[in-house]
Amino acid sequence: MKHTLAVLVENKPGVLTHISGLISRRAFNIESIAAGYTEEPDTTRITIVVEGDEIEQEQVVNQLSKLVDVIKISDLTAVESIQRELALIKVKASVETRSDIINIVDIFRASIVDVNRETMVIELSGDETKIDALCQVLDDDHGIIEIARTGKIALSRGPIPAKDQ
Amino acid sequence: MIITGAEAIIESLKNENVDVVFGYPGGAVLTLYDALYTSNFRHILTKHEQGAVHAADGYARATGKVGVVIATSGPGATNLVTGIATAYMDSIPLVAITGQVSVPLIGRDSFQEADIRGITTPITKHNYLVKKVEDLPGALKEAFYIARTGRPGPVVVDIAKDVFAASIDYQYPTEVKLRGYRPIYEGNMETINQVFAELKLARKPLIFVGGGVNLSDSSEALREFVEQTGFPVISSLMGLGCIPFDHPQYLGMVGMHGTYAANVATTECDLLLGIGVRFDDRVTGLLSDFAPKAKIIHFDIDPAEINKNVLAHLRVIGDLKWSIPALLHRVNDVSEVLKEQVHSWTEQVVRWYQENPVTYPQEADLVMPQTVVEKISRLTQGDAVIVTDVGQHQMWTAQFYGFTNPRSFLTSGGLGTMGYGLPAALGAQCGLPDRAVILFVGDGGFMMNCQELAIAADYNFPVKVLILNNQTLGMVAQWQRMFYGGRYSHTNIKGHTDFVKLAEAMGVKGLRVTKPEELGTVLEEALATPGPVVVDIRTPEMVDVLPMVPAGARLDQMIMGG
Repeated sequence: MKHTLAVLVENKPGVLTHISGLISRRAFNIESIAAGYTEEPDTTRITIVVEGDEIEQEQVVNQLSKLVDVIKISDLTAVESIQRELALIKVKASVETRSDIINIVDIFRASIVDVNRETMVIELSGDETKIDALCQVLDDDHGIIEIARTGKIALSRGPIPAKDQ
Repeated sequence: MIITGAEAIIESLKNENVDVVFGYPGGAVLTLYDALYTSNFRHILTKHEQGAVHAADGYARATGKVGVVIATSGPGATNLVTGIATAYMDSIPLVAITGQVSVPLIGRDSFQEADIRGITTPITKHNYLVKKVEDLPGALKEAFYIARTGRPGPVVVDIAKDVFAASIDYQYPTEVKLRGYRPIYEGNMETINQVFAELKLARKPLIFVGGGVNLSDSSEALREFVEQTGFPVISSLMGLGCIPFDHPQYLGMVGMHGTYAANVATTECDLLLGIGVRFDDRVTGLLSDFAPKAKIIHFDIDPAEINKNVLAHLRVIGDLKWSIPALLHRVNDVSEVLKEQVHSWTEQVVRWYQENPVTYPQEADLVMPQTVVEKISRLTQGDAVIVTDVGQHQMWTAQFYGFTNPRSFLTSGGLGTMGYGLPAALGAQCGLPDRAVILFVGDGGFMMNCQELAIAADYNFPVKVLILNNQTLGMVAQWQRMFYGGRYSHTNIKGHTDFVKLAEAMGVKGLRVTKPEELGTVLEEALATPGPVVVDIRTPEMVDVLPMVPAGARLDQMIMGG
């Protein structure tokens, strides 16, 4: 099963490499990894999605916890949380197909961020399955030229931040 | 006080109560060595950086202090890698100070540049690249703190060349604040109560002692626990010495070359208390059938060890210095009850131990390697610090030396590093000048770092080097004999090297034993000689380490021998 981990780390060079290296060295599979600054400038938040059973997942957390630069790990799989991914999708678009694409974009509550005579770029944020669904429709009906996805980021609901959980 | 970065390092080492460093100079650490020139700080110059790091490791294992090694950038630093990995696998506290090229040259493939932080990331507890002199005291303070606390381990501090020369208003930090590093020393008392409840239910319990008992200096409390419970006890390679070999409840070493009693007791027990162990594959054999009837209780300071290899029914996370006395406190009142309920089991497994001793065939006209170990054991009465290299002699030492004290057996257990023994023995002798330090080494491993023999003479370290010379890579040849149809591909190392002459060339006394009748007198002479001695002991080629559990087999599927 997939686990979403929020990993708070010291904002220092090399930490992301260290973490991804440790996970791959132990032969655990990373589905996605996304890193960014947080409300505290010296802390980076890394959201990692790993695939594995309970024992493997426990080992990932335990091994990551050993790293001196890892401040806190919280598992967002079991708690109620908001999980999002951002995608930019460049799709083939001609004058004739443009309105059809706009319809699809509206249905998915996505937005169009660039248009020219041959292509459109669509921005969509949402959970993984929603982005997958949009990509599927666009690819089948119009053809996708290029996709950039961020990987998942997640926050738990409620007032308590991951660092205090 | 305004000083240079190099002087700040020496001041920091003094602040950490470091009394000796091992190392080798080079371009990137020139400024540091220049500061050493006038500082009066004790430095042991080895012949190779690998020798320096193993020596620092041996020093740390023997004394319990942090070992310190210095090397230059690039090849100097990469030569430390094997030693750092060795220390990491056995949880040895080590600080490696390496030079790095100047900040403006970093990342340009400059002369003698290597990304040692990147290279050592998977084999260090933590590492640093210091590019600003003001970060230097903090990095060193943290490095020593991280190396010696919690589960010990090696830390690399890589320092850019210009940082050594830069000046700093030096002040050593008094405390360390690391948000992500908080070792758990005192665990949960509730788990101690749960362990206690399991002890009362157990009818076939077994105590399994590992290197963590050595590292945390918990042998004394552990011995009391063993005696208060009456439970039988087995040891890993790294745990040897924590329980004296002649203790009435002791069943010897478990695992691939363990005793019959230890391996069968592990398969039969209903409760296994793993104390400071990590359930290495050389211990468990076939993992799915390891201790199949037992509830396993795992004591460790490192939570990541729990469920890594063997699933624990109960975990006791914390320093053994806390958990063993806490448990002992509960046990004291019911000591007699516990002993009574396991009496017949302990009696049975001890009988297995007595009836199935580890033995070997005697050959009238050959010097058997096991006999050498037994003789040294008798001559030193278990009082020496025994160091080994890696291979057959290592296992024979584990099997036939009567260890009675903790921190008296230094060996590369986890990584299995050939070439470890000689420099580690020199480091141990440096740390314990008044103790007898004896190295058992094979002819293969001896050649891997034999250049360090010169150090024994240079510094007059009175190490006794006993080469169990079978002119072959014995353990590899044993596997070829057993599993590769006797095709001895490149394991016959019969050569023209004369170890006695080599010793003499290095300034060390050399002796040789070729016949059994010479053995006693030559060993006595070696031990009685004040300085370093090398004894080249010619042993037969085709001797196997037995018993043996083939890799991947169940512990009780042993090939016996003797």
